[in-house]
Amino acid sequence: MKIKHHLSDELLMAYAAAELPEAFSLVIASHLSMCDECRARSMAFDALGGAVMEDHAVEMSEGSLAACLDRIDTLPQANARALRRSQGIVPAPLLDYLGGSLDQVKWRPLGLGVRQAILRTSDKGASARLLYIPGGAAVPDHGHRGLELTLVLQGAFRDETDRFGPGDVEVADSSVEHTPIAEEGAACICLAATQGALRFNALLPRLAQPFFRI
Amino acid sequence: MMLDATQTEKPDAPFALRPYGAGDRQDLRRKGNVRVTSDAEQPDWAAQVYLVRDRQDKAAFAALFRHFAPRVKAFLMKSGASEALAEECAQDVMATLWQKAHLFDAERASVATWVFTIARNRRIDALRKSRRPEPEDLPWGPEPERDQAEALEVQQETDRLGEALAQLPVKQRALIERAYYGDLSHSEIAAETGLPLGTIKSRIRLALERLRHQMDVKAPQR
Repeated sequence: MKIKHHLSDELLMAYAAAELPEAFSLVIASHLSMCDECRARSMAFDALGGAVMEDHAVEMSEGSLAACLDRIDTLPQANARALRRSQGIVPAPLLDYLGGSLDQVKWRPLGLGVRQAILRTSDKGASARLLYIPGGAAVPDHGHRGLELTLVLQGAFRDETDRFGPGDVEVADSSVEHTPIAEEGAACICLAATQGALRFNALLPRLAQPFFRI
Repeated sequence: MMLDATQTEKPDAPFALRPYGAGDRQDLRRKGNVRVTSDAEQPDWAAQVYLVRDRQDKAAFAALFRHFAPRVKAFLMKSGASEALAEECAQDVMATLWQKAHLFDAERASVATWVFTIARNRRIDALRKSRRPEPEDLPWGPEPERDQAEALEVQQETDRLGEALAQLPVKQRALIERAYYGDLSHSEIAAETGLPLGTIKSRIRLALERLRHQMDVKAPQR
């Protein structure tokens, strides 16, 4: 997999600090499952977190070590759990949101063969969804109020900025008005996270928006 | 939220995971960092974790506790936890270290990095932060024969990262620290310092560049 579009330092650092809405963390964790380069950078940001933590200390209260020693006597060693691995085009972290596989996804039509499925996340900072775009079809022209991350899982799309293939992540802010078009051939399947609601430029999708929660 | 959408950047080389050869690091000891009095020689924390794993060694655990629990506590307090909550969570984190010692891999991360990731997860629960999905598990390496050289390299990289961080100008270091504490969003830092948001972002970027540069300067050539 030749990945061309990677995550910025800013996103990786915010992910290391656990300061992102769940939907963004899901896209980042999915990209990291596909991209060794960003995975290594992400581990470096964990190391930076460790270095930040090393630098300050606050004394523990008296007896805390003894209390902890007593406590660990009662604790079993945690069992080694099975490795969480990706399945086919679905990165491991995404599997948890799909009920186990891509076949379980309940798609809703957005018109012209484009389908989407909203994924349930626990905070309102951003929303996550899967997009299914048949070869040659376009996602309605849209801008957004905040940041949008789009990770390609299968196929490829192009928009005004570039081409995005499997593993590539597009980072778009509110200034980007784009019309992603899937390449001819296999359908393009993407995982997207959006801060705030999308803005559609055409009237019809705008009317449909409250119903489809795009 | 404080992210911007700079077009996809060519990733820089990571701080860690860089070739590293043996070199004299005596002159690189932290200077002027009065916040934590660092011992002349840090013990081999990874060896202590392996003693916990292999022999449930309580003396090793106590040594780890004395060093890391106060740091986890400080980290949590700076993240906005009360002292009582931070104390309780720091104990939890250390108990987790005991329970998960068999999952530690010194070839992948230093003990400080590993403890940080445990503390981060505890903080998500304690401070009701957003869930943080984790990437797929990395496959385990060949189990019995640990590669000492690689583990040493990871530790040395981590030490150099700490030294580089300590040598950043105070204001730059403070920005990086606050990003990790998450005590304030960038927009709140902007309100507090009177700096525009864009300036804060570019200063963090500069701080990271400087860190990388210092890591480069210090990396002894093979």
